[in-house]
Amino acid sequence: MSALRILVPVKRVIDYAVKPRVNKAQTGVETAGVKHSMNPFDELSVEESVRIREGKKTPVEDICVISAGPTKAQDVLRTAMAMGADRAIHVETKEGEDLEPLGVAKLLKAATEQNKSNLVILGKQSIDDDAGQTGQMLAGLLGWAQATQASKIEFTGGDSVQVTREVDGGVETLKAKLPMVITTDLRLNEPRYASLPNIMKAKKKPLEKKTLADYGITAEKRLKTIKVTEPPPRQGGGKVEDVDGLVSKLKELGAL
Amino acid sequence: LSALAVLEQRDGKLNPGSLSAVTAAQKLGGPIHAFIASSNVKAVAEEAAKVEGVEKVIVVENGAYDKGLPENYAPLLVENIKKGGYTHILASATAFGKNLMPRVAALLDSQQISDVTAVESENTFVRPIYAGNAIATVESTDPIKIITVRGTAFAPAAVGSGSAAVEDGVDPKAESTTEWVSEDLAKSDRPDLSTAEKVVSGGRGLKSKEEFDKIMLPLADSLGAAIGASRAAVDSGYADNSLQVGQTGKVVAPQLYLAVGISGAIQHLAGMKDSKVIAAINKDPEAPIFQVADVGLVGDLFEKVPELTEKLKSA
Repeated sequence: MSALRILVPVKRVIDYAVKPRVNKAQTGVETAGVKHSMNPFDELSVEESVRIREGKKTPVEDICVISAGPTKAQDVLRTAMAMGADRAIHVETKEGEDLEPLGVAKLLKAATEQNKSNLVILGKQSIDDDAGQTGQMLAGLLGWAQATQASKIEFTGGDSVQVTREVDGGVETLKAKLPMVITTDLRLNEPRYASLPNIMKAKKKPLEKKTLADYGITAEKRLKTIKVTEPPPRQGGGKVEDVDGLVSKLKELGAL
Repeated sequence: LSALAVLEQRDGKLNPGSLSAVTAAQKLGGPIHAFIASSNVKAVAEEAAKVEGVEKVIVVENGAYDKGLPENYAPLLVENIKKGGYTHILASATAFGKNLMPRVAALLDSQQISDVTAVESENTFVRPIYAGNAIATVESTDPIKIITVRGTAFAPAAVGSGSAAVEDGVDPKAESTTEWVSEDLAKSDRPDLSTAEKVVSGGRGLKSKEEFDKIMLPLADSLGAAIGASRAAVDSGYADNSLQVGQTGKVVAPQLYLAVGISGAIQHLAGMKDSKVIAAINKDPEAPIFQVADVGLVGDLFEKVPELTEKLKSA
């Protein structure tokens, strides 16, 4: 069997606890001065990769994290290395050079080939665009097996992987052989916090800088954003005193 | 312009949730064909042929497609898209659609438009981003548009008086590199969470699985409601993960959403704030859930909910 060479794509996004605000020009959301963090699903992917190594059932040769984004994307790459990734690749993009999921998938295909990866673990979605496409697109471009929304990953000997995935109404289990793409869901694990010594160590781990051109990618847009608006406000805040009040109000609103 | 709506089946029955794709396709204004592939596909095709607005049903009879594995289903769909010359491919944003469609999009070199909530024109679509905290209007420049649609925004097309022609599609018979092993689906006599008229949803305030069941199940039964849960309740093991409502769980928009012991994190609100009427019971008067609730009751859920259940039963 082959030792694992795991590629873990990560993305820097507005922190999950911050409520995003649409900008005045209605072209997107305000990002300046807003707290950013690693996309929560990507933390699950990094954690799972490190656990596969720690589980010792399958030898892990390399855990490489990769992110495309502005200079600040290096912060999340360092965090990932503090959690246990071996090395990082930062693909620097300029202002306004945001990649769409298809562009990211093409970039990752090139990176997978270059790094001789045989397993890609990535989040099922990023919490900014909520598109949920990149992993499936990457698997399609590579012609690899895919298992999305994983809640359990088991190596069952040889190159065989068994993945339990969350589907409507429950879970489903699939079996595949490496190479494959797995996307992570919330129940997969609980990501660790990086300890201070590990944060220090991560500063010395290799971080390679690349450009989109290195992978033959351009930031062309297939989807043009016409406008971004606030959702229609919801008029809430009505209160009642007791259960009888609740029942009569719900009847009045036609909900009972 | 011609649209292909990708329909789902389970055990030889059409999944009504997948008919949202037909409704969204109707907004485009061109002819609509439906696609279905499975073993014993004839029975499902007969049902699909009655769906209003569908002109033709393309069928592929092959048991290899029963589980909707994207490794062979995506090439199958691509061949049929090319043969039919379709410009718009639509599927519901169910587990099946979310798993399959981006792979199809990649094979066709098209940038998918996910979770569409409105069709503005044949190339302009509306979709929520940032957990619904912002609404984006986007224009696609791809010749073939791959679209998943949010079920709560498009009511499933009616299975009624339609009489579509049924025609065999092409079957490239690609091998799947994954093998389906098993499934474990929650069995319930209650309405399906995604499509229920009423939903009662429990949060961390329920304190344990035992209390969740003791408090929420009778409440759901008194209303004929589906049961949902917040991520906190699911993570704490009070409720099954298939019941999670929120940005990364189910998105629901029932006539009545009753939140019990749920504080209302933005990720939870993303999954339910399009409900027609929202009611909340929570002991914390400052809980954010009250800001979106039409009717709020501040109080101890362990007293108020059983009282409510009794009153609903006797009503």
